[in-house]
Amino acid sequence: MRFSVLFHSFGYLTQAAGVTLALSLAGIALGFVLGTLVCVARLSGRRWLERLGGAYVSVFRGVPLLVLLLFLYYFLATLGLDVPALVAAIGGLRLSSGAYQAEILRGALNAVPRGQGEAATALGYAAFDRWRLILLPQALRISIPPMINEFILLIKASSLVSVVGIAELTRVSMNIAAMTYRPLEAYVAGGLFYLAINLSLAGLGGLAERRAGIGAR
Amino acid sequence: MNGDVLLRYAPALLGGFGVTIACWAAGSALGLAIGFAVALGAGAPSRALKGLLRVYVEILRGTPFLMQLFILYAGGPSIGLKLSATAAGVVGLGLYSSAYFSEIFRAGFAAVPRGLIEAAMSVGMAPGDILARVRLPIALVAAAPPIVNTLIVMSKETVVLSIITVPELMYQMQTMAAETFTAFDAIFAMAVFYWCLVEVVSRLGRRVEDRATAFLASRP
Repeated sequence: MRFSVLFHSFGYLTQAAGVTLALSLAGIALGFVLGTLVCVARLSGRRWLERLGGAYVSVFRGVPLLVLLLFLYYFLATLGLDVPALVAAIGGLRLSSGAYQAEILRGALNAVPRGQGEAATALGYAAFDRWRLILLPQALRISIPPMINEFILLIKASSLVSVVGIAELTRVSMNIAAMTYRPLEAYVAGGLFYLAINLSLAGLGGLAERRAGIGAR
Repeated sequence: MNGDVLLRYAPALLGGFGVTIACWAAGSALGLAIGFAVALGAGAPSRALKGLLRVYVEILRGTPFLMQLFILYAGGPSIGLKLSATAAGVVGLGLYSSAYFSEIFRAGFAAVPRGLIEAAMSVGMAPGDILARVRLPIALVAAAPPIVNTLIVMSKETVVLSIITVPELMYQMQTMAAETFTAFDAIFAMAVFYWCLVEVVSRLGRRVEDRATAFLASRP
């Protein structure tokens, strides 16, 4: 392996790593809003809302992200909407991550002792305040580790966005491989960037867990 | 939907489906085998081996599957590793899933009560027998649900193989889409198909899980 050929590409790779991070961050943040809504719908106690939430999770966890991305890309085009690939990319990550985050939150909410919600009801909290002040804050704390995990998975999943032509880490690695005729070096370098991002995320996650006082035991 | 186009391409699509299933089965089998070996190795007293296997798992879990496929398929020839697209796909899937499977097996082995192993040793069972007849059966009960889960995840990952031109279902569907200008239909059909596949597999998986752990439920 001769990594010297990549010397001039280093700047491109760092820039692309930034794009990957930004895409995943947008996906996880938008997915969080979506996931919270879906989770609340699934636990709302209204039959049709529960069904709807369940169907959402089933579909968006069942359809592979690559298919979902191409679907959005072509679907929007068929409708005659000239949407940039970026929208399809972030949209795909968001829809997919939303389904996973809804499940993470549901698991975390189930882990909140029942008495907490009952006590809130007994004290006369309105349903909205019960969620906002009692249930969600506790569930969010429990969900930190799986959320970090989901973020790492999303960073990896964002590599698929390269197929709709976004210049993120994988796409840029492909371009460098094509320019330098050094695919091994280019892809190993790209992989190392992913590894660096994900390992630092895992480290940050550990830190956040300790701050929140979970997993310390 | 364009029925006659789908009908005309049915042989290619069925062939693609076969390749998808074959890659999935072969890749997962390879992944289970390597993952099991890695989990056993991680339980060995050697610290160097432990560290090495930790690095193996972290690298495979910390990088995207697509990147690993590129390294294997496009980068492999630079170091004399020439694999066909399908072979690279199966090996790639095997390596990628082995990292997840090894963690599952490791957790499974950790769930085996220490006293059971000590009891087996004290009645004079050979280490091989202890593994096959005490540790493994108990570990598998704990490992069954996450294994099924990972198998489902891997069934979705096979789609990525289309990017390195493995002639699986997604690849055939994209060929059809390009040749007949039916991109929307093709992608829609794919979405429905994979959703059904994952639903069926997870139902089947749950049933297998129930049967594997039935003896736990029937306990007083």
